Amino acid sequence: MIPAAFDYKRASSAAEAISLVSQYGSDAKFLAGGHSLLPLMKLRLAQPAMLIDIGRVKDLSYIKDAGNHIAIGALTRHMDVETSKVLHEHAPLLAHAAGHVGDAQVRHRGTIGGSIAHADPASDLPATTLALGATYVVQGPKGQREIAAANFYKGFLESDLAADEMLIEIRVPKMQGAGWSFQKFNRRAQDWAIVGVAAWRRKGEAGVALVNMGSTPILATSVAGAIAKGASISDAAAMASNEADPQSDLNASTEYRKHLASVLVRRALEAASK
Amino acid sequence: MIAYRGKRSALALNQIWGLKMKVSITVNGTEHHGDVEPRTLLVHYIREVIGLTGTNVGCDTSSCGACTIHMNGEAVKSCTILAVQADGASVTTIEGLARDGVMHPMQTAFMENHGLQCGYCTPGMVMAAVGLLNENPKPTEEEVRMGLEGNLCRCTGYHNIVKSVLAAASAK
Repeated sequence: MIPAAFDYKRASSAAEAISLVSQYGSDAKFLAGGHSLLPLMKLRLAQPAMLIDIGRVKDLSYIKDAGNHIAIGALTRHMDVETSKVLHEHAPLLAHAAGHVGDAQVRHRGTIGGSIAHADPASDLPATTLALGATYVVQGPKGQREIAAANFYKGFLESDLAADEMLIEIRVPKMQGAGWSFQKFNRRAQDWAIVGVAAWRRKGEAGVALVNMGSTPILATSVAGAIAKGASISDAAAMASNEADPQSDLNASTEYRKHLASVLVRRALEAASK
Repeated sequence: MIAYRGKRSALALNQIWGLKMKVSITVNGTEHHGDVEPRTLLVHYIREVIGLTGTNVGCDTSSCGACTIHMNGEAVKSCTILAVQADGASVTTIEGLARDGVMHPMQTAFMENHGLQCGYCTPGMVMAAVGLLNENPKPTEEEVRMGLEGNLCRCTGYHNIVKSVLAAASAK
């Protein structure tokens, strides 16, 4: 399968990319690693008339210690997130989750910013950065703005990004030694999660987000709230099934997904509490 | 908000149909120049334009790994990369592994350990395995199994493939 015909421009900087996308509007899409967008284009689920290739914008590939948070350039590849020493020290949950994205070949091409901007509820990194309370920095024709991950995801493959805005940086608060766990339930190693859970815990504080439990990645605030009030892990985890109303599909029914969510949240919180 | 849409307004189809771009891609050490449509996949460029048909197309959805090649030294799936994205890159395909008629140690290991049956997944499997050892020269069996998660084989049950990769690693 090849995608429908499109025109192609290459941007060498974020500013050039934004100027190009302002010119072509909603006909254009950014192409980073292409591992979310190209499969959709082959299936004609997306038919942009213009692709703006941002894959060569070199200054957006970095992982930096910025004091209280780690700043990750949007074009940093999954493999670089997975193997980053800085992230292993300060945000190990994110480095570990990046190692669960697709397979090695996919992680050599796919980018953290591409995955987040694509806003697929079944992807690992949107939910993981949501659990960690990340902030996304986006740039548009009028300059930059910051969006809390909790306010970013608006619907299936829909985010708060305007058509002429580009995600440029992901800011992840340092985990300060919090316990953590990433649970991914799937049938084959390289698959998307049927249900996934990213969780961290520091005494009475916790952050829990769910993968593939609805049209967006879901921040399980009731679970974190219960932990804060001193509930047991199993009581808190039981609330996860009420956080979302997931769809039934070939892999799992709604009821099964809800059951899995509670089981995986319990396992994640137990592992994060050790 | 971003919505995926099929509607085209500013750019009419007849303006982009048949549009060509120049690319220059080094494949197995030889620089190739060509004019391609932006939508040309790298695997099709390698197979149909350059004529190197060792790289197979399996699932065409970046699941099966049959199309695995190396791009700038790393294993990637060439069915999910546009040829224009590889402009300026250095690519190695299965045809580029042997040196002066002598097979690469990974190819020898696959042969000696019966790491293939029908052979369809083999070019991609070998390229992924070479990429794995580049990043992790002495992997454990589990690391080999996880490292090849992006390559599917429907014949061997993987056991002899894992044996082959471990043999190639210990032969180094």
